[in-house]
This record gives sequence, structure tokens and C-alpha cells, in this order.
Amino acid sequence: MSTPDLLYSDVETDLRASVRDLLTDRCEPTALLARVESAEPYDTKLWRTLAAELGLAGLPVPEELGGQGASVRETALVLEELGRSVAPVPFLGSAVLATAALLGADTGHEPVAALLRRLASGEASGALAVPLSTAPGSAFPSAVAADGGGRLSGTVRSVADGGAAEVFVVPATGPDGPGLYAVEASAATVAEPVSLDLTRRIADVTFAGAQATLLAGANGAPAALEHALLTGAGLLASEQLGVAQWCLETTVAHVRDRYQFGRPVGSFQALKHRIADVWLELVAARAAARYAADALATGSDDAGVAVAVAQSYCATVAVHAAEECVQLHGGIGMTWEHPAHLYLKRAKASQLALGTPGKHRATLATLVDLPG
Amino acid sequence: MSESTIDAAELRDRVAALLAEHDPATTERPEFLRARFDAGLAWVHYPVGLGGLNAPRELQSVVEAELAAAGAPDNDPRRIGIGLGMAAPTVLRFGSDELKQRFLRPLWTGEEVWCQLFSEPGAGSDLAALATRAVRDGDDWVVNGQKVWTSSAHTARWAILVTRTDPDVPKHAGMTYFVCDMTQPGVDVRPLRQITGEAEFNEVFLNDVRIPDAHRLGAVGEGWRVAQTTLMNERVAIGGNAMPREGGMLGKVAATWRERPELRTAELHDRLLTLWAESEAFRLAGTRLRQQLAVGSPGPEGSGMKLAFARLSQALSGLEVELLGDDGLRYDDWTMRRPELVDFTGREAGYRYLRAKGNSIEGGTSEILRNIIAERVLGLPSEPRTDKDVAWKDLPR
Repeated sequence: MSTPDLLYSDVETDLRASVRDLLTDRCEPTALLARVESAEPYDTKLWRTLAAELGLAGLPVPEELGGQGASVRETALVLEELGRSVAPVPFLGSAVLATAALLGADTGHEPVAALLRRLASGEASGALAVPLSTAPGSAFPSAVAADGGGRLSGTVRSVADGGAAEVFVVPATGPDGPGLYAVEASAATVAEPVSLDLTRRIADVTFAGAQATLLAGANGAPAALEHALLTGAGLLASEQLGVAQWCLETTVAHVRDRYQFGRPVGSFQALKHRIADVWLELVAARAAARYAADALATGSDDAGVAVAVAQSYCATVAVHAAEECVQLHGGIGMTWEHPAHLYLKRAKASQLALGTPGKHRATLATLVDLPG
Repeated sequence: MSESTIDAAELRDRVAALLAEHDPATTERPEFLRARFDAGLAWVHYPVGLGGLNAPRELQSVVEAELAAAGAPDNDPRRIGIGLGMAAPTVLRFGSDELKQRFLRPLWTGEEVWCQLFSEPGAGSDLAALATRAVRDGDDWVVNGQKVWTSSAHTARWAILVTRTDPDVPKHAGMTYFVCDMTQPGVDVRPLRQITGEAEFNEVFLNDVRIPDAHRLGAVGEGWRVAQTTLMNERVAIGGNAMPREGGMLGKVAATWRERPELRTAELHDRLLTLWAESEAFRLAGTRLRQQLAVGSPGPEGSGMKLAFARLSQALSGLEVELLGDDGLRYDDWTMRRPELVDFTGREAGYRYLRAKGNSIEGGTSEILRNIIAERVLGLPSEPRTDKDVAWKDLPR
């Protein structure tokens, strides 16, 4: 193991500042609450600005493929800020999961390169057609079947950001075994069930003989999918960190301002000890999330452990921070009007995303030789 | 103090000169250590003449590496941690030139062990409530009282001591700080047996102990401010060391898990893995903290490391006792003994479990540390204080 860089570089700090400025301006809570019950739950204008104008959709994509030639360390940083704002944009589905699947395939293969260009430039939004609950290390999915002519049939439930996608990256099993395909959303049926997470929705996607383009065959598809799931699980930790950070800051601000019994409620040790515990969890979550992003960016041999630690730990921390945020706000935390519930819903849904903490601990048991 | 021009190359030259004149293979350990002190290579950031060279503190590692490579003896820093970590910075900052000359050299070489007479039966977390009285008598002070939780008191030559000199003012204002000679008549050291069966610590009774006024550190009534210097240095020392993955308490329980498959249960398995992940996350947090320090931007994260360490040590050692099943019902030895060094991960699982209970008390209880995080890092208001403007003698106790 080489020494990981767990800090934020100057470039990353600048990137954070510009994303935060944009989100402060364009994603404030009142407007967000109005949006989640509107006909346009995703903020397509904001997404265009982030993806196309700021180039954030293609951060880890090589420049010759239309990206920024940076790494997933920068992607992780953007996720921290998006988590902090629970921004309703399909970043995880498109810029993380679909993009990572393509980067895990043969990028010298023209259909892969072409789709990467579309996603990296922000020209199109993608989604990876697997249930959001799929963990790294899962068996290759069999929900979608490919026929000899490259047509796909089957239904995939709970696809993250599926409702915002213009193109799907679909793992499917055909006569030649597993394959990874691209399907235009216009060739699929997308149904949006009511999602627990109001700012990142799931969709049930049905393919009925849908025309598909083969991106990777039996030799490459499982590895490409695994790359996507591992990258997604590792980077999601940074988003969870951002969610937890907002919850902590908002709770601290509230208990300083809120008076009961003639004094700020934040002066009671019963409350501030709980808040101190959340702060401490965030200290470790930040280190774990940074380590996972760094290990993924450098292709470290330790990436599996790094992701399992980060995802099992940060998912739990985000839920704890959000639950404490609701509780320590008292009655206002239980209202629809206060945005705390958007963070609780994101935190709880994300706990299930890309493997539960328990699932990641089971992976860890194998990786660090602590068998059950 | 002028800005130092000493760099790593210069330090290497000085180490080479020391080694040339005092071959570690043929020089007695105390003699070598005294020579090293006199060469300014003890703690390079200290002043010239007091074991240092006014050099940047981070260059100390250059000296340590060169001397270790040459097989030179060290001063066994764990044995004299209170002297090095707490007494020395306080003497350096508040002592007269005479005291600095007298104390720092034998302190550093380990020829004179130091202990700390701070906590009292009635003053733990609320140290400023302490009641040990010092009364002026000519050129001396006469001290009466009781101190507790004093490690090394039975081997110490000197102590740093905080006393009450003015009971008529609020508690923080009426304290005075001294260096106390542990061989003085009236100093009575008794072992304090703890829940592990052994006695790492002592109770120290002070009966009409005379201390010359020349051994006072800081002004009369300024003892609290002086003690802050000591305590700040204590917290820097705890929880700040680099650790390998699965180091410390986690390594013990992981080894037992691997060696004893017959003990495994599903419930213990998930708890172990949860603690494994959490330990690794905090280990990484320690790495990150050191990376921040290395680039000169320390964050507030250090405040929490001891808190996390205590919680994890307790959870892991408790898990290990449960894992052991039948063997968890046994204990290695309750015999009263006086270990010279504390080893949190030493001995058997039962000992580790019991000793870890002290981790959330010593060096600041976890409750006080949470207050510090909440108030100083997060800016939350303190509890209303009823003791700040009351004369010490009028406080309820």
C-alpha cells in the first residue's frame, strides 16, 4: 500500500467552491421543496449547467473521449457538494454509474467511446439499468435477456435516475453469455414508482424487444459492471459525507438559536454530547471517503477494502446524522416545510444503495480474512 | 530567540560529531545521554544550553533516525513521559534560568523521574476546585493535602504540583504552581489499587511539606494558567501516533478470531466487522490528521481522537471477552503488582477489558471531551456556570 493522499488539493478546493456557489444560488431549500412535488422533479437546467457548462459529468473521462481527464477524486468532491444540497440532478446515475461502466469496458471500442462522449459532454444523461440496491460482487444480473439479434427484453426495477435518462447502459444475458448494451430511453418503457428519496428517484425500466447496441461481450461485461458498482459504492460515501455535513451544520445552527427553559437548547449537555458524537463520526467518515476515492483513482490493490470500509461506515454515519438532525430540531424537524426530511430520505435510501452496510461488511470479512 | 539557521545537514554533522566522541558501543548509557543533551541534540527545538539548538521541531526526527541507525541508546521516553511531555514544557516556559539549568538535563536523560500532582479526590474533571493548601512561611511554602491518580509517584524524584494559595477568591484565581521535591519529609506515597488488581497509580498525601519559593512556576495566583500549558501538552501526547492497520486492540481480537474458529457466532461476526470498519476509519482519520499537520494546516479533528480511541478500545476488548466464551470467565492474575509501564494491550483479554475502562477517564473524561468539541469546535454555548464568581471557600462540596 502506498501512502494515500487524504487531503483536498488546491484544485479540489477551488472546484468545491465553484460547485457550492452554484448550488447555493440554484438549489435553495424552498425551491427544492416546491420542485419535488412538481411535474419536473429533476432540475434539468441545473443539470445542464453542472454537466455541460462546468464539465462535471466527464471529470474522470480522458480528454480524448470528451472528458476532463481528471479522476474520481474530483468526482467524489462534486458528490460531497451535491449531497450537501441533495441536488435533484442525475449525477449518480449518469456521471458515476453509467460512466464508470463505460470506463470499465473497452474504450477503444467505438460504441463505448461514442456513448462516453455523449455522457461526458452532458449532451445526454445516462443510467445503469440495475436495481440501485445492487452491491459490488453481485452475480451478473439475469433480469434482461438478449436475443441473437441484439434485442433486449425484461424489466429492471429501481433504476437510479432512470426517469431522467436518455440512454440506458444495460447488463443483459444472451445466447453468448453476459453482455453490456446501450438502449435509447425512447426504446424502453420507463415507469416511476413513488420513491422514498424525493431528490433521487428510482424508475422501473422495461425492455420489450428493444433495439440495443453491444458495448461489451462476455469477456468484458462482468468486469465493466463490477467496475461501475465498486466505483459507485466508493464514491457514494462522499455523497453521504456531504449529506451528513449539512445535517450537522444545520443542527448546530438550530440548537444555538432555539431557546427553551430560558437558554439555547444547545447549551444542554444532553444535546451537545450527541452533536459532538456526530461531529466525531464525520471526522472518520471524511477520512474513509477520501481514502476510497483515492484508492479508486489510483487503482490501488486495496480499493476493495477501502470501498467496503467507506460504504459500510459512511452510510451509517449519514443515517445517524440525519436522524439526529430530525430529532434535535424537535417539532419543526418533523414538518414537510423544513428540508431535514429530504436529507433523511436521501440518507436512508442511500444506505440501501449499492450494497447495505451489512453486505459491505460481509465483503470485508472475506477481504481481510475474518471469516464467519 | 533568533531564527534558527540549522538544517538537516547541519544536524547530521552534529550527530556524527557526537557519535565520534562518544561511541555508543563503549559509552555507558547515562554518559551518552548527558553528552547528547550537552550537544543540543536532546530536543532540537529547545534553547541552546538546555538540550536544544533552537532548531525547527520537525527536524527532531532527523536526529532520532541517525542515532537509531548508529545503535545509540535512547532515554526510554515511555518511562519518563510525564517529565518529557508535561513537566519539561512547563519548566521551560515558566521556570527561572536556575530551575531550567537544574531540572531539564536529568529530566531528559531519565536520571530523575517526574510525576504530576494535579487530581484530587474532590477535584477530577473540575481540577480548578482543588483543595491542597499552600501557605507562605518565610522563604518557603507549607503544603497540606491529598493528590490522587499519580503515576510514577513511587519512583519520582520531582513533581509538578498545583495548590490553592488563596481560598477567598474564585477558584481559577487562587492557585499557585510549584515543583515539589518528592523526597521531602511529609510526602507519603501509597499505591492506589485499581480494578485490574494492580496499582499503576498512587495516592500522594502531603503533610506539612516545605517547598522553597524559588521552586514556584509562574506568579502566585497564576497556577491555573501555568497548568493549562501542562495539560495542553498532555492532550497532544495522547492518541496522536501512527498505527498500522489492525494495530492495537483490534489486532488482539482479530487474532483470537482467526485462531479460534470454534468460538465464532454470526452475531459476534457482524459486531467484529462493524468495529473493524470503524477502527480503520479512525485510523485513516489519524493519518489524515498527520497529513494536515505536515502541510501546516492542523484541523480541529485532533480533539476527537482520544474520544474515539477510548470508545473503540472498550468495545473491542469487551467483544473479545465475549468471544472467548468459557475462557472469558477466567482472569490471568489479580495479584497486586506495580507495573513500571502501562500497556493497554498487554496481558490477557480480561485485563484489557478492565484497563480500557480507564481510557474514557484518564487525560479528560469522554464527557468533558464532548463538551470541548461542542463548545470549542462547534461553537455551542456552555452550561450556565454557578461557580465562576464565587470565592473558592464558599463553593458547595
